[in-house]
Amino acid sequence: MKKFEVQNVKDTRSGFGAGLSVLGKENPKVVALCADLTGSLKMDAFQKAHPERFFQAGIAEANMMGVAAGLTIGGWIPFTGTFANFSTGRVYDQIRQSIAYSHKNVKICASHAGLTLGEDGATHQILEDIGLMKMLPGMTVINPCDYNQTMAATLAVAKHQGPVYLRFGRPAVPNFTPENQTFEIGKAVMLNEGKDVSIFATGHLVWKAIQAGEKLAEMGIDAEIINIHTIKPLDEDAILKSITKTGCAVSAEEHQMNGGLGDSIAQLLARRMPAPLEMVAVNDSFGESGTPDELMKKYGLEADNIVAAVLEVLKRK
Amino acid sequence: MAQLSAIELSQVSSQVRRDILRMVHACKSGHPGGSLGCADYFAALYFNILNHTPDFKMDGIGEDVFFLSNGHISPVFYSTLARAGYFPVSELSTFRRLNSRLQGHPTTHEHLPGIRIASGSLGQGVSVACGAALSKKLNEDKGLVHVLMGDGEIEEGQNWEAFMFAAHQKIDNLIVTIDFNGQQIDGSTREVMGIGNDIEAKLLAFGWDVLHMDGHNFEDILKVMNIAKSHAGKGKPIFIMMKTEMGYPVDFMMGSHKWHGVAPNDQELENALSQLPETLGDY
Repeated sequence: MKKFEVQNVKDTRSGFGAGLSVLGKENPKVVALCADLTGSLKMDAFQKAHPERFFQAGIAEANMMGVAAGLTIGGWIPFTGTFANFSTGRVYDQIRQSIAYSHKNVKICASHAGLTLGEDGATHQILEDIGLMKMLPGMTVINPCDYNQTMAATLAVAKHQGPVYLRFGRPAVPNFTPENQTFEIGKAVMLNEGKDVSIFATGHLVWKAIQAGEKLAEMGIDAEIINIHTIKPLDEDAILKSITKTGCAVSAEEHQMNGGLGDSIAQLLARRMPAPLEMVAVNDSFGESGTPDELMKKYGLEADNIVAAVLEVLKRK
Repeated sequence: MAQLSAIELSQVSSQVRRDILRMVHACKSGHPGGSLGCADYFAALYFNILNHTPDFKMDGIGEDVFFLSNGHISPVFYSTLARAGYFPVSELSTFRRLNSRLQGHPTTHEHLPGIRIASGSLGQGVSVACGAALSKKLNEDKGLVHVLMGDGEIEEGQNWEAFMFAAHQKIDNLIVTIDFNGQQIDGSTREVMGIGNDIEAKLLAFGWDVLHMDGHNFEDILKVMNIAKSHAGKGKPIFIMMKTEMGYPVDFMMGSHKWHGVAPNDQELENALSQLPETLGDY
């Protein structure tokens, strides 16, 4: 099992904020909008440096999405910022009609996704956002795994023409991917080559998958670990190639089982290459208040849960 | 484009109304009532008020741009665009048909020249127009942004978010016109949701500049729209209360909400067309 060096422990939202600051300097067409969560989204540096390109939308997300759509007419590249819950479920129709169906070049940037939002509880812990967004025709859906990758993804989506949903989170997590990496939308990242089982993880679960891989190695199981940072378009070739070799797979994500990464992989396998698949995800449940660590444990999103899923899927191989 | 006089505009709107009725009749669906009521506004906008070119570019740099928020009155939008030269008038016969660029509600999806945003799900146009107006400011583009919305549509909460935002951001290159016909699907706006008579007071309280216009009098439309243009750049978004009659001027279509979303049958079409001179040639 390959060793990964943790450079530091940082929140992915700060990676977004750092990326947005770079864009502010390097891309004069980038504008930003925020719905009264500028500090939480780490958009304050951009706001301070480029006040003329920052628009405070207030607690009015539906309008913010429409304004962002309108800003694209005339060549601006709007980045909207609010929590994942208010970036998707609250404004689904606005995104659907004014952004997705209208082919507007809006970057919907969503923090505090999933259970790791923590103590605020289920009202704010959206676990359905990937599913909502990936169903929209033409929408790109990205969920990077750490600070460095979130920063790289933020830079990459500005160059991409078309609507993007960029999902990240609140807690500080191990930052282990290369600094100044090139982020290729739709291209899976091979983290560890293995032959017994494929683990496909996204977002915060990528580090947990690495931890699981280490535990599996001690048990004599050689796991292939792949970071699927782009859920749509899915890197089908990478997934099929890996499973051709390993014969079985586990998906891992901080999202509902319905509509998430595992759901996309299951569809792919059913269509192209049936193979045993176990899913580590929240199973048809809302979250609750608690610390991020407590919640990840209670809802079964830890490295040990990935290990258990691997042991289960190996029996079905 | 050349600016037409009031008399010339009345000829355009008569033809646009014939187009609306024939389009809706041909596909046996669509929304003739509000479309007929707004034909004079559309004629004035595209043949006098707007600085625009039918050689359509999405970004509309240097032009005035228009958004239709109440997308269900697409027939009047399509006919006006075609008559203004955005696409061939013969294409009006494809309205609501399979594989048409003239979808039931306007969309950019089929790349129909003149359409800059999809609309149909109500309440989103003013927000989009706010964004386009901010875009023009950032581009130092002196063009204005116009949007038409329905009066029933104002019940959607997103409009009030947009009204708040536009005033706060001092979006003063934006002219919102409301089609104040007092009707919506389930009845009069007064019966369905008692908000209508207070719209002016509400917009004034939100910090908007409010004007009034008779939507069936070209002298008044041109006068008020030009006043609105002269108010641009003075720190406030501009709102025009446009009084219209749903179904105007077809006698049996006026006076109720009945013709909001119903197509005329053969006899009704004939009766309606007999009240509207063919001025520019039917498509």
